[in-house]
Amino acid sequence: MRGARKLALAGAALLAAVGLAACGERDQVTVYKQGKYQGKPDTKPWENAPGSSLYTTSKWDQGDKTSWEAAVKTRNLAQNEYNRVE
Amino acid sequence: MARMKFLCDAERCIECNGCVTACKNENEVPWGVNRRRVVTINDGVVGAEKSISVACMHCSDAPCMAVCPVDCFYRTDEGVVLHDKDLCIGCGYCFYACPFGAPQFPQAGAFGLRGKMDKCTFCAGGPEKDLSKEEFAKYGSNRLAQGKLPACAEMCSTKALLGGDGDVIADIYRQRVFKRGKGSEVWGWGTAYGKPEQRAAPAGAKS
Repeated sequence: MRGARKLALAGAALLAAVGLAACGERDQVTVYKQGKYQGKPDTKPWENAPGSSLYTTSKWDQGDKTSWEAAVKTRNLAQNEYNRVE
Repeated sequence: MARMKFLCDAERCIECNGCVTACKNENEVPWGVNRRRVVTINDGVVGAEKSISVACMHCSDAPCMAVCPVDCFYRTDEGVVLHDKDLCIGCGYCFYACPFGAPQFPQAGAFGLRGKMDKCTFCAGGPEKDLSKEEFAKYGSNRLAQGKLPACAEMCSTKALLGGDGDVIADIYRQRVFKRGKGSEVWGWGTAYGKPEQRAAPAGAKS
């Protein structure tokens, strides 16, 4: 008799736990996390020799990031036509 | 160097589609794929018509990178968002996530099969040997490896489209706005490069 009551109590507790499991309040807003890149590695643009392409007009020292950035900046500033017309 | 960005000046864009043509020609983009396009609003309304050139903006916190199920996106040291086509499964999640509609999918074969995603690379190629045939076939031209800037921006006849280091193009634009005294709105920059507080995770406040 006692065993049956214990079993019934345990069953009721289990039922309550399962039944109320979905009643918790959780954040409904998804927060995306950036994944980790799984693909092939890429080379840096300044690691190429300036002459490796037929049409390269900019000049920089191979492997030197600073000189490549300076070369790109020169071209970048050429987009400002005020430099040419004034 | 800060990071590479695009800036389109709606006061100057004359909807000539020179940037679209330059991109198509430079990268030999297949039919049906438009890495760059010109969008016009209030078409034909005198004084209210504005055009802007749109492509991948290489966002600071790129949503395409966040949603990609195979993590095929990466960001270079110069802030250019690129992807590995060998990994891409053409699911299209990035297309739905992108606020600029940048990801393009070639339609190939029967039943409108969706191919691997293609988008603007800021003329920086992709994860293949720089300036190789393989890189050109998959991603197009690598002008950054030649010390150049994207063809679309360098070809723009009215210099409406500026591309390059964010600080430099912002300075050029600032000078321009001071000269003409209007049109200081930079389309898309808030969405693409936003303020840090805008990029913070939503608090998920409950009512």
